[in-house]
Amino acid sequence: MISIKNLHASVNGKKILNGINLEIKAGEIHAIMGPNGSGKSTLSSVLAGHPDYEVTEGEIIFNGKNLLELEAENRAREGLFLAFQYPVEIPGVSNINFLKTAINEIREYNGLEQMAAKDFLAMVKEKQKLVELDGKLTNRSVNEGFSGGEKKRNEIFQLAMLEPKLAILDETDSGLDIDALKIVANGVNMLKNKNNAFIVITHYQRLLDYIIPDFVHVLYNGKIVKSGTKEMALELEAKGYDEVKKEFDFKK
Amino acid sequence: MKLEKSQTAQHIIEKISATASKVGFISDTVLSNALLQIENVGIPNNKHEDYKYCNIDSILKKEFKNIEQNFINVTAINEYKIKDTITLVVVNGNYSEALSDKIILKGLQVHSFANIDSSANKLISTIADVQKDVFIAMNTAFCSNGFYLKIQKGEKLKMPIHIIYISGSETEALVNSRNFIELEEQSEATIIEEQILIGQGKVFTNFLSEKFISKNAKLNSTLFQNEGHLGYSVNTNQIKQEQDSQYHNHTITLSGQLVRNNHNVLLAGQNSEANLNGLFYSKENQIIDNHTLMDHQAPHCESNELYKGIIKDKSTGVFNGKIFVRKDAQKTNAYQSSKNILLSDDASIYAKPQLEIYANDVKCSHGTSTGKIDEKALFYLNTRGIGKESAKKLLLRSFAQEIINKIEPESLKEKITLFFEKNL
Repeated sequence: MISIKNLHASVNGKKILNGINLEIKAGEIHAIMGPNGSGKSTLSSVLAGHPDYEVTEGEIIFNGKNLLELEAENRAREGLFLAFQYPVEIPGVSNINFLKTAINEIREYNGLEQMAAKDFLAMVKEKQKLVELDGKLTNRSVNEGFSGGEKKRNEIFQLAMLEPKLAILDETDSGLDIDALKIVANGVNMLKNKNNAFIVITHYQRLLDYIIPDFVHVLYNGKIVKSGTKEMALELEAKGYDEVKKEFDFKK
Repeated sequence: MKLEKSQTAQHIIEKISATASKVGFISDTVLSNALLQIENVGIPNNKHEDYKYCNIDSILKKEFKNIEQNFINVTAINEYKIKDTITLVVVNGNYSEALSDKIILKGLQVHSFANIDSSANKLISTIADVQKDVFIAMNTAFCSNGFYLKIQKGEKLKMPIHIIYISGSETEALVNSRNFIELEEQSEATIIEEQILIGQGKVFTNFLSEKFISKNAKLNSTLFQNEGHLGYSVNTNQIKQEQDSQYHNHTITLSGQLVRNNHNVLLAGQNSEANLNGLFYSKENQIIDNHTLMDHQAPHCESNELYKGIIKDKSTGVFNGKIFVRKDAQKTNAYQSSKNILLSDDASIYAKPQLEIYANDVKCSHGTSTGKIDEKALFYLNTRGIGKESAKKLLLRSFAQEIINKIEPESLKEKITLFFEKNL
């Protein structure tokens, strides 16, 4: 699905990623954990194609294509999706109109016809249920006046609508209470299949009780310093990140 | 100095006095005051505080050297009609009964200035003061045969009125277009004013509309301007409101080489309300300059202003909004906001709110913001597969919608939306 090799990146001249290597296959869920400032959000921004981030070294191959050569919109059209840590409010643009535009531009890129209005609305109804999103919210402006939980659920709703091959969840659990967390996790579990993959970025182990990862990676100082299975996440939770910091600061 | 000032004016007077209407509905006193004013003030240049960003003197000198008043005779206007409205047509400043719909709507009266009675005649020039602005003076001295429109007492018009001001010339020309719209007590109307330019010649229009909204009357109006790169205009909308009256206006400017709007509202009676919404979109090297004046003279009145500008390429946008709260205008609520998006580094916006308050029990606020397109929102849309161009359009559309959505009737909203989309 995606192969990241020796990825170095910086923002405003400040180096944040220092050689990331990561291989993800279809059907897998990878969790990326790490202390604040370790580069987790930078990694998601770089993958999504944020123009402020500069890749200084390395390569990313996404389904056979050189991802770094693609603009953000073309990455999305190729099947990459980023669920934002802080979803953006867009006053005046209705959720429905926004999604219709997105789906049709993605379809056009992939040589498909526009989606019929009837099919689109049926899909909206079905996917809304998945994340228990109030029908009224889909008619409102994108994220405008949404609560923190509603915004996150709206991200997963968009994920469900756009059906990406690879979805990156950037701290989707932050700011969620346990009920909302379960709804979001449940949505992801329902969407998971053998043809897609997920990268779940999180600070806490809590989310991984509900979304069970196949692999867990620890990011520190812009590098993956440890990889393992979900047991490692539990271990991290018990010991905290200080242990990791000590170990790797010492090596440095 | 005086001589130099009036040079451009003199040149114009020579050119247009031949085609100006000699209908004589302006009294001799007003006329001589107007002429005196033109001579004293001249055409304003950028040293004139109110015309700082729109140097009309220099534009006239440069762009209107060869005024020939060679007008196109318009014979068909069907393509401009809006369904379910009464169409009135003004060609090169003159009211055309032939092109206008027959006035059979109950409560509506329309007459050209040449055919008005003495009571209507007395109203003309009572709202627009020739001393206030030289373009009012010039229009008063040289206006064509415009029209007087009246909504009779207690009548609520069943259909909106669509006034088409169509001008055209194959060479450079000047038009002084004028009207007087009176809403008698307890009447209601929706009026659409649309300015259209045809032909290959540059046309400078000095437009003046006086609107008198009597006690308990309600006017919903839209001024739609889309004259393109040959259109130059100064448009004065002079409104006077009596007590318990309402005025809602939408001024939509989608193009024009030079568009200066002077929108002056006098809240003369208590409990009246005025809402001004504006949307302008300038491109290339166009100048779109909106000046508003909200004059609260009576207590318990409310005014709201929201102007939004999209400024592209090397164009210039201006919003200058003045609010006066006179000493008797206690319990005034006056709000004003101007929001602008600059689409290029060479685009300029000058936004200036001005408040002058002489009463002590009032609520007033003003605010202005100018920015670029929201990069965060743009990136968010991109990550959903929406391309740069369509994401930008989506954001501009949403910016404009706040104004466009308020427009009535629905058919006009659709027309303006269509033109707006074409511009994007």
